[in-house]
Amino acid sequence: MSLTVETKIANIERITNYVNEQLDNMKCSRRAKTQIDIALDELFSNICNYAYGDRIGHATIRVQEIPETNSVSITLEDGGIPFDPLAHDDPDISLGIHERAIGGLGIFMVKKTMNAVKYEYRDGLNILTVVKSL
Amino acid sequence: MNVTLNRDGNALFVTISGRVNTATAPELEATLVPALDGVVDLTIDMAEVLYISSAGLRVILTAQKIMARQGTLTVRNLRPEVYEVFDMTGFAEFINIE
Repeated sequence: MSLTVETKIANIERITNYVNEQLDNMKCSRRAKTQIDIALDELFSNICNYAYGDRIGHATIRVQEIPETNSVSITLEDGGIPFDPLAHDDPDISLGIHERAIGGLGIFMVKKTMNAVKYEYRDGLNILTVVKSL
Repeated sequence: MNVTLNRDGNALFVTISGRVNTATAPELEATLVPALDGVVDLTIDMAEVLYISSAGLRVILTAQKIMARQGTLTVRNLRPEVYEVFDMTGFAEFINIE
């Protein structure tokens, strides 16, 4: 199962609905679904903002249940500039309100809440896969 | 996402519902920030917020920075899954959560 959308921020609603529909069929817990929804927003918005520069491109999302481990694998692919969003230092979350920057916080949350996060660049595609226990 | 504002003197009561994400956070910021003029007591109720991503946290941080100069901000009624976001990002350390 896959869905391809234009890399516009407004499509977050569409991909979230698409993924949630399938998560509901998998009897996903509310907590896991919340964390997946956040991860989708962080990853898809990264693609919208950076993958194609100022242009609009396409991104494809695939959802696959892994019954053996009672988990789900979600993959986001784009044909934009090669970019590994995981290759950055985590933000310092101990900083107070005045020193606080938001950059990197989204990816930090993805890494922290997903059971596995993997990036690869293959056949001209950025391929980001997250695996989450249902 | 839906945002409603209720002003009572120098207190502002904000109710947010739905998804606070990259698509909706700009609307939250555009509604909330201009409404903070003269507010001393800001309360944000998130009982109906399904999730908040880093884009939404950025708006909360902006509101907190403004309120640190002129009064107080209280965020309340977070669902456990939403509280977890505040906790894991360290926001629970400097945001007053009820």
